[in-house]
Amino acid sequence: MGKITNEEVLAKLTAAIGDNFTVIGEPYGLLTLETCRDNITDILTFLKNDTVLQFIYLTDLTGIHYPETEKPIGVIYHLHSLVNNVRIRVKVFLADDDVHIPTATTIWNGANWMERETYDFFGVIFDGHPDLRRILNVDDMTAFPMRREFPLEDPNRVDKKDYFFGR
Amino acid sequence: MSDIQLVEAPPGVEGAGFFATSLDKVIGLARSNSLWPLPFATSCCGIEFMATMASHYDLSRFGAERLSFSPRQADLLMVMGTIAKKMGPVLRQVYLQMAEPRWVMAVGACASSGGIFDTYSVLQGIDEIIPVDVYVPGCPPRPEAIIDGFIGIQKLVQTESLRRRNGPEYQKLMASYGIQ
Repeated sequence: MGKITNEEVLAKLTAAIGDNFTVIGEPYGLLTLETCRDNITDILTFLKNDTVLQFIYLTDLTGIHYPETEKPIGVIYHLHSLVNNVRIRVKVFLADDDVHIPTATTIWNGANWMERETYDFFGVIFDGHPDLRRILNVDDMTAFPMRREFPLEDPNRVDKKDYFFGR
Repeated sequence: MSDIQLVEAPPGVEGAGFFATSLDKVIGLARSNSLWPLPFATSCCGIEFMATMASHYDLSRFGAERLSFSPRQADLLMVMGTIAKKMGPVLRQVYLQMAEPRWVMAVGACASSGGIFDTYSVLQGIDEIIPVDVYVPGCPPRPEAIIDGFIGIQKLVQTESLRRRNGPEYQKLMASYGIQ
């Protein structure tokens, strides 16, 4: 068990940031917040630098695509307080035609490659990132393959006829 | 003493103190029994290849115990494993660095056709970027299958005409892959 509870984390966060975030839930005890891109840097900086919370470790930074929602592209931060053995998850959702978000590389250098990966697969543009280019896919790729509209199967295959697969 | 078997001489004319045959056959015999493979192993087929090279299956029985980790001295490129699209130019570069005559063997479903990885990031068979001589099916193939494929390569090497790689058909094949 963690040394501090989610309620204490929320109380400290509310005291520092105000109500610029909403609590989505606590699935499996993992406190999950949603905020907007104007506040994300403040929240992450506070969570990292607070002397009690000490969420010093950025476990993961990734994206998600819900095409049916109003703001389909999500950016998700997983933080870990190693001292307190507590984790937290922060989500930011962005509109399809405006996928800009401030970079987290100013807070964690380790966010560099994670943001490049999120750009590579979801096309999220991290403003202020020092070197935002593709990291895993081939350099000349034009699409963002983890978006739902992108076909998973290789489009160059001519031998896979739909009727073999009952579709 | 072990029972050492030598390859049989190719068909020819034999007499007292001389033996005559065609140069093609002699060179084919020599090449096929001393192929230097370059293992390009990216995943589980590479593990099967390690078993193939080890003492139990012993690929050196076929004259291929000398692996060449430099493409410049290799005769046979053995591609074993999934080739991602990002790895494609690397594989092509390795192939281009090999000197003629060169052969290519695609080991396993992934190298032959992309296998189960029908996805945007995986090359759907290495024959999209380099010509392939022998395909070995399996996921992964057993060492026996790899040896069978290797014997297939040996047969190709033995029967290949010395002029094949200067011929228009071969030039056309290379040109279709954009290789001069």
